[in-house]
Amino acid sequence: MRFPAELRYTDTHEWLRQEGDGTVSVGITWHAQDRLGDLVYVENPPRGKILKRGEECGVVESVKAASDIYAPISGEVVSVNEELSSSPEKINQQPYEAWMFRLKPSDPAELPALLDAAGYERLVEAEPH
Amino acid sequence: MPVHYGSQLEEHHRVRRDAGMFDVSHMLAIDVEGKPAREFLRFLLANDVARLSLPGKALYSCMLNEAGGVLDDLIVFALDPNRYRMVVNAGTAEKDLIWIVAQRDRLGLPVGVHPRREWALVAVQGPTARMRFWQACEAARAATLGLAAFQGIDVAGMFVARTGYTGEDGFEVMIPAEHVVTLWRSLLGAGVAPCGLGARDTLRLEAGMNLYGQDMDESVTPMESGLAWTVDLSSDRDFIGRAALLSMPLQRQLVGLVLLDKGVLRSHQLVRVGNDDGVTTSGSFSPTLGCSIALARVPRSVAAGQMARVQVRDKWLAAKVVKYPFVRLGRRLVDIRSS
Repeated sequence: MRFPAELRYTDTHEWLRQEGDGTVSVGITWHAQDRLGDLVYVENPPRGKILKRGEECGVVESVKAASDIYAPISGEVVSVNEELSSSPEKINQQPYEAWMFRLKPSDPAELPALLDAAGYERLVEAEPH
Repeated sequence: MPVHYGSQLEEHHRVRRDAGMFDVSHMLAIDVEGKPAREFLRFLLANDVARLSLPGKALYSCMLNEAGGVLDDLIVFALDPNRYRMVVNAGTAEKDLIWIVAQRDRLGLPVGVHPRREWALVAVQGPTARMRFWQACEAARAATLGLAAFQGIDVAGMFVARTGYTGEDGFEVMIPAEHVVTLWRSLLGAGVAPCGLGARDTLRLEAGMNLYGQDMDESVTPMESGLAWTVDLSSDRDFIGRAALLSMPLQRQLVGLVLLDKGVLRSHQLVRVGNDDGVTTSGSFSPTLGCSIALARVPRSVAAGQMARVQVRDKWLAAKVVKYPFVRLGRRLVDIRSS
């Protein structure tokens, strides 16, 4: 499913999921991994880092290109998906399960500003193919 | 040819372990015919076609301008004493044709120059490539069974050559365009996987094969591009660019780089080795080695085994200078733990 309804999205192709414990998981969308192709490296922000919404906080690199990752909301990095170091292809295989890092949000008002699934789908459709 | 048909990495591995095929019809075959064809090509090309003694044997050569700069790299087959077949790159084909005809006219030689625009070209590559090609084209088996590397033959309406751009065994098949779909489907039926431009680039880079327009162009000589071995200076044969090459001191060379840090090397990145500066010409991820590799143009004093740094976006990453090719016939040739 390319635009899961329960997620929120950014216009830079990150997705965000609210976990039960107050943290949020962040990854890149199906569309992002499809455009990048086979991923070979993932660079996550370090645990403990305080991020501001929109800040460059990581990189995903495929054979063809490198793409910066932007923090969808402000918060502290509370965990990082270590599996992606050795298996970056998990993002290609299951982009909505292969979360990159988790944040403790610092400003709940930022969440409604994100795109919902329909909004993100419109954005993707509007892109030149 | 698309960038990939599904997964670039899988296509790459398929060619190293089994067989994949590339539609390379954008390349152009140019037939050069007539009694003076050999004499003409001995003057036109930096490698010496007089070395081709077996029918259908080919060699890899650069075509130079008067300043010794590389106009293109190509393969040339000696079909018979009066007939040669050059295969040139797509992006330079028109430039090459104009140049070849101009040189022919300048010399006033009665040589026919015939671009074969009606042909398509499919490269079938990998350890099982020839076997699967024979399954797909039984009629071509007997004639192509004994082909040596870098040798081609006309058979069953095709020209089949044991050449390639991947470092693996295989055939490159020229066929009239109206028959190529049938050939492609037969090869699919024989278990050959379609592969795209992305895999083509990672395969050729691992195999240490230059890409014209990136690793060399008119502003550099073969000597600065790792291609001195393709320039035949063993006789006093004159050829276009010879005088310039001999008068130039060699200052730069092409070396291999293996990235030790995480990341992917690309072209046009600054390289620092000791006090010397250079630049990457090609870079990518090597699926066979599991790390990034590159070719780089650096001063002559740089040696394999030296540590280097490459400027990737805004960081300097650690790399090692190595001899290339990095991979040949499926085997990794580079061990980054040793020199």
